[in-house]
Amino acid sequence: MIPLTLPACITLAAVLFAIGFFGVLVRRNTLVIYMCLELMLVACTLALVAFSRFNGTADGGVFVFFILTVAAAEVAVGLAIIVALFRRRQTVEVGELNALKD
Amino acid sequence: MTDPRDLLFSLFAVFTVACALGVVLNRNAVASALSLLLCLVGVAGLFALLDAFLLAVLMVFVYAGAVVALFLFIIMLLDVKGGERKPFGAATVVAGTLAVGLLTTGVLTVARAATPAKDAPQLVAQNFPKLKDYAELLFTQYLLPVQVVGFLLLIAMLGVIVLSKRHEGLEDIK
Repeated sequence: MIPLTLPACITLAAVLFAIGFFGVLVRRNTLVIYMCLELMLVACTLALVAFSRFNGTADGGVFVFFILTVAAAEVAVGLAIIVALFRRRQTVEVGELNALKD
Repeated sequence: MTDPRDLLFSLFAVFTVACALGVVLNRNAVASALSLLLCLVGVAGLFALLDAFLLAVLMVFVYAGAVVALFLFIIMLLDVKGGERKPFGAATVVAGTLAVGLLTTGVLTVARAATPAKDAPQLVAQNFPKLKDYAELLFTQYLLPVQVVGFLLLIAMLGVIVLSKRHEGLEDIK
């Protein structure tokens, strides 16, 4: 049983963020890397909501609004870039996207 | 007699972390996206437990409704093949684990010191911020950020249109 306290919420957010970070570092598929980035953003919103709740203000919630908006815009642009990339290179594996290397 | 909130928090926390691990460890991109969907629903549940009901609903609408649907659409459009190669190599896993360990240690050091403000108002069930409170903040204190975010959405929309068009003369970038 985990009590619903601020440190518990922040720890959970940190764990979620770490899992997302791990995914970004190890996965090879660009789309999955992108999903893990979203996971990191969500972990941040969880921390903001927790801080907002335990300090009795609504400001953290307002920041979550902004993060949601930016995340939606970011997903649209990022997926458009991935689609453009796929059209040119026929792959979304990061190991094969090494044009800048040579 | 345990608090039902603690029980629900434990359940949602375990569920969310398990689904987050599912996003990272699944070989199939579609399965990853569906894990992400479940993870977001879990986070929305946590928001509801933290009395942010409006944000919980928005989370499901924007993330689960729009973002994950877009992801699934693109995965199916590109028809990404999964499972032919291992999704990650052994050396990367070691390096990733090390990096994540360092990051988590750093964050948890800060998190352990996180305590609510001494003069914070006592939290009772009817004290949570409502739509009216958010609206008041958004249209007074945070008016400029709202305008900036609106502009950002416009630029993102235009950017997606430009990116999706075919460009002549760029084919030599291989």
